[in-house]
Amino acid sequence: MITLIDGLSLGSIYALIALGYTMVYGIAKMLNFAHGDIIMVGAYAIMVTLAATVSPIAAIVAAIVICTILGILVEKLAYKPLRGASPLAVLITAIGVSYFLQGLAQLVFGSQPKPVGSAWKLPAIEAINSLGITTAAAVTLVCGIIIMIALTLFINCTRTGSAMLAVSEDRGAAILMGVNVNKIISITFAIGSALAAFAGMFYLFQIPNTEPTLGAMPGITAFTAAVIGGIGSIPGAMVGGVLLGVIEKFCLASPLAPYTVAIKFSLLILILLVKPTGLLGKVVREKV
Amino acid sequence: MAMLEVKNIEVCYGMIRAIKDISFEINKGEIVALIGANGAGKTTTLHTVSGLLKPTAGQVLFDGKDISKIPAHRIVTMGMAHVPEGRRVFQQLSVLDNLKLGAYTRTDKKEIAENLKKVYDHFPRLAERKHQIAGTLSGGEQQMLAMGRALMSNPDIILMDEPSMGLSPLLVKEIFAIIEELHKSGATILLVEQNAKMALSVADRAYVLETGSIAMSGDAKEMLNNDDIKKAYLGQ
Ligand SMILES: Nc1ncnc2c1ncn2[C@@H]1O[C@H](COP(=O)(O)OP(=O)(O)O)[C@@H](O)[C@H]1O
Ligand SMILES: [Mg+2]
Repeated sequence: MITLIDGLSLGSIYALIALGYTMVYGIAKMLNFAHGDIIMVGAYAIMVTLAATVSPIAAIVAAIVICTILGILVEKLAYKPLRGASPLAVLITAIGVSYFLQGLAQLVFGSQPKPVGSAWKLPAIEAINSLGITTAAAVTLVCGIIIMIALTLFINCTRTGSAMLAVSEDRGAAILMGVNVNKIISITFAIGSALAAFAGMFYLFQIPNTEPTLGAMPGITAFTAAVIGGIGSIPGAMVGGVLLGVIEKFCLASPLAPYTVAIKFSLLILILLVKPTGLLGKVVREKV
Repeated sequence: MAMLEVKNIEVCYGMIRAIKDISFEINKGEIVALIGANGAGKTTTLHTVSGLLKPTAGQVLFDGKDISKIPAHRIVTMGMAHVPEGRRVFQQLSVLDNLKLGAYTRTDKKEIAENLKKVYDHFPRLAERKHQIAGTLSGGEQQMLAMGRALMSNPDIILMDEPSMGLSPLLVKEIFAIIEELHKSGATILLVEQNAKMALSVADRAYVLETGSIAMSGDAKEMLNNDDIKKAYLGQ
């Protein structure tokens, strides 16, 4: 039961990150391999703001604002000039952006892990802690669910949300509705990066250290989750993320612990063999 | 002044010139047909008018203003709607969501609601199926949805690309009856068709496109009786 809660909690972190991959893929038709590094920037933003203000709230707000702006900037400066270029060129650029952000963090903060600060602590909640559930796990799970519900409502019930769905299904037809695709892509990067900031925050609740490569492992795991769920599918990213989180925690709690990573990635291969479009992925017809 | 004036446009795909020096015009309230065989350049011409493609030479004047360098999504706001070839409704969204997207450029909720009622009057079948997912509609219904979606922007001019494509003769009749109905209510329509007979029977004027150039133009009813047209496009 506790393992399940821990797994769901870790899974909602993966899901939040996976949503960024899947939304950007659906709408901009590109794999943003720098997405994991946005989490890392968010973590450093929390550390720096915490050192300056001692206020976790200020740190969280700063992380969200900085990551959102960074996401928009990366798209404008690195990806937008490549609109219409070959997917390989875009992919290589994304990997370049990833190394750039990691290198920059190393330059500014050094390569060693740094504690995020003593002010970064969640209060004990007796009622659940006595059950063996950490406050971090509970907060992550509850917030993760709320964020995912909010996102689902936004996508399905707002004008901008339906424009996003339209662009992801048929960009040309969306333009003919008067949708400004550049604006929608910007908004997508903004939302994806804000979700990455939340993920960074939850991550620091579990492991309160920052380092330049912090985003790499959660990033690649969440990417795997997005592919398992069906890349481009929003519910798919949520399901894939939660699934991987739960599997990871159960593996770690079993004799299979040393093989956890291998098991996670084998699951990807297994699912793609059975259903090449991912669990909730749809077969999309190519359009001219 | 013509509502839409296409002046000497040339359009290329890379090195291939698909449209060579085409000019035509449409006046307010007219249905103008653009007919021609497969590959003649009809779709390319429509894409250039609505801004999805940019001409390498020439101008597209809409209400006297050159729109050939304006992004397509802004041209929609100026009052042009384009029903694309193959319908291209949003398959995964409901009928109602598709129609709402048609009104994406508008903000007045009351006007949108009135417009929706008008669309449902033209297409009662869309009203019956408003919560159905568009991908599950039949071809004819999807064509109706694509047309209704275009009407939701309350356009001054509608471009239609082969509305009869892939439909049974009965449905083709139904779609063209609606086009005539729209014509009667004052709509201005640029109609692209391979089905020349149907197109000429509803149009006021027509242009014949042959491998990227205009081969003939004139009154639609006269063309219906023209021997060359009969032989080449009407199968008579
Ligand atoms: N995306 C494209 N790339 C290259 N050539 C194209 C493209 N689309 C159309 N063409 C070519 O341009 C010409 C006109 O095509 P199109 O406008 O689709 O004709 P129509 O709509 O009359 O059937 C054809 O020769 C076609 O092969
Ligand atoms: Mg065509």
